[in-house]
Amino acid sequence: MLKNKWMLVAALGASLFTGPAFAADPVSIVYIPKNTGNPYFDSIIKGFEDGCKTLGCEFTTVAPATAEATSQIPFLTAQLQRGVNVVAISPNSPDALNQVFDRARSKGTIILSVNSDMPGSEDHRDAAILPVDFTKTGPSQVELLGSQIGYEGDIAILSATTDAPDQNVWIAAMKDTLEKDPKYAKMKLVTIAYGDDDPQKSTTEAEALLANYPNLKGIISPTTVGVAAAAQVVETAKRADTVKVVGLGTPNQMRRFIENGTVQAFQLWSPYNEGLLAAHFAVGVKNGTIKNEPGTVFEVPGLGKVTVGEKSVIKTQADLTTFDKKNIGDFNF
Amino acid sequence: MSTTEKTVPNEAGREAAIAKPRWKIWLIRPETVTFLLLIVSAIVASHLSPFFADAGFILESSTYYVEFAIVALVLTLVIISGEIDLSPAAMMALTACLFGTAYKAGAPVPVAMAVSLLSGLALGAFNGFFVTVLRLPSIIVTIGTLILYRGLAQVLAGDKSIGSFPAWFVGIDYRMVGIFPVPVLIFIAVSILLGLFLSITIYGRQIYQIGTSETAAIHAGIRVRRIKMGLFLASGLTSSIAGLMTTSRLGSVRYDLATGGELTMVLIVMLGGTYIFGGRGSILGTFLAAWLLVIIATGMTVANIAINAQLTVMGLLLIVSIIATNWIYARSQR
Repeated sequence: MLKNKWMLVAALGASLFTGPAFAADPVSIVYIPKNTGNPYFDSIIKGFEDGCKTLGCEFTTVAPATAEATSQIPFLTAQLQRGVNVVAISPNSPDALNQVFDRARSKGTIILSVNSDMPGSEDHRDAAILPVDFTKTGPSQVELLGSQIGYEGDIAILSATTDAPDQNVWIAAMKDTLEKDPKYAKMKLVTIAYGDDDPQKSTTEAEALLANYPNLKGIISPTTVGVAAAAQVVETAKRADTVKVVGLGTPNQMRRFIENGTVQAFQLWSPYNEGLLAAHFAVGVKNGTIKNEPGTVFEVPGLGKVTVGEKSVIKTQADLTTFDKKNIGDFNF
Repeated sequence: MSTTEKTVPNEAGREAAIAKPRWKIWLIRPETVTFLLLIVSAIVASHLSPFFADAGFILESSTYYVEFAIVALVLTLVIISGEIDLSPAAMMALTACLFGTAYKAGAPVPVAMAVSLLSGLALGAFNGFFVTVLRLPSIIVTIGTLILYRGLAQVLAGDKSIGSFPAWFVGIDYRMVGIFPVPVLIFIAVSILLGLFLSITIYGRQIYQIGTSETAAIHAGIRVRRIKMGLFLASGLTSSIAGLMTTSRLGSVRYDLATGGELTMVLIVMLGGTYIFGGRGSILGTFLAAWLLVIIATGMTVANIAINAQLTVMGLLLIVSIIATNWIYARSQR
């Protein structure tokens, strides 16, 4: 009874304090990547960590063992139980997480989709932080390869899994560019192989491409695991002068192939900046300094002015960064 | 039965050499090991994280495992009968994809559900046909069908997910009766029903007989093939029910639904002290093991323990429990 009285007094006391009392609590952010052991996500995590150092937010990261559609759900529930304010996640599925997201948001947790969006399920997250304007990924990959093979000859694509949403969007855009733009009329897409983002399988698939298509002029691999595997296979087969490899890779894994001439150029963006931007955006929205609505402009130290786009999509940079012999020395991730 | 009797039939119906005190018979059982592990893991989990000891949270998290646990109950019967079924997770995916496809084609939800349940029976019958009619080893057959069914699910649904089901169908895990989510109640109900079926009906006894010695069971006039067929049918039907529950929970289906679930199911059955070579085991053990898995997985996840450490703990636990099970059965054989 006495205890209840004190509780009441405490509650009344707390209610006298408004906003500022809560703002003193540091914002807690958790980032859930697709799965463990993927170096690409380590860069995003580094960006989050540095962002939280400057902003004073609490940051943790947890990840499932496999990138299977539902594997992130128990982690999400556990984090909500821990009472985090913001869940940043690179979703393994465009819609399998919707129910859990809805529940989390009804309790006031902010859900940010990081590095890829959830096509068709945009209503179930608060915002999406994308690395780059993804509509340009497909066309600029086709252009990068075309410029190296004189816009002529057989080409192949080496992708990740058959159902990775981002991969399929880019591949559709590549096909579209090849078909509709007369500039690429003489380039022929002969096949799409799937390496499941598994180094061994990607290597086997790349070897099969070289064996089955002797006239192959180029391979586009829009995935970090695939592009490294394809480069390795082309190098081992000593076909680097006839088969050009382009794709999306990280500077550290591709450095060797650029320096020895196996690969002329590849593209990516900065995953580090994504994490940094996501941390700033999350803290801003949580503290009410950034409005989460299209058209809002906010400043991120080191990245300049950032605009929130339609459907709360935020693009970290406009164009892909192309890495080649000239600039690869400037990057370390 | 009085304690003065000199012979006590053990589970397998054999006559034990000397009467053991009843407390020993009750205490030295694999289920007891599972129960003790359950208590210990709950205490450890509470110490690992202040966020763990919350019934609502544990029950909510349990909904991610009860779908597999329900199938594991039927799998317990299959394993006691000396067979194994590794295809339930793939059957969950295929039947759920059939549900989604039927719904997308314009069938009302109840009709689509019927399609899914019937297809579950058909898939179970397919397994049962190879095992009982062609007399092939069930482990080979069901590894084959696990790949086949998963492949068919991918052919059927493609790489896209099928969703936009009506609101009343979605979110079974969020329908509560008191503090219990509906899937948990279904799990408890199925456990009680199957527990009674196994322990008090003639068929239950016969399943144990078949697992202990199939030859003896045939000579005793037990319709072995019919019972095994029934078990595979039950496995298919239960898988389709679990698949529908998963579909309702996620609000969408895809061919990779329940990927890797067969291992979780076998893990639960083994943790519960069922003997992999048949003839011994219990529904109670499987029931307790399901909760053990929920406590351990949830406890470690909420304590932010890295997944590789989690998998290590699970693996060690399985080995410990199998050693304990074997040791107990070896002792009670003497």
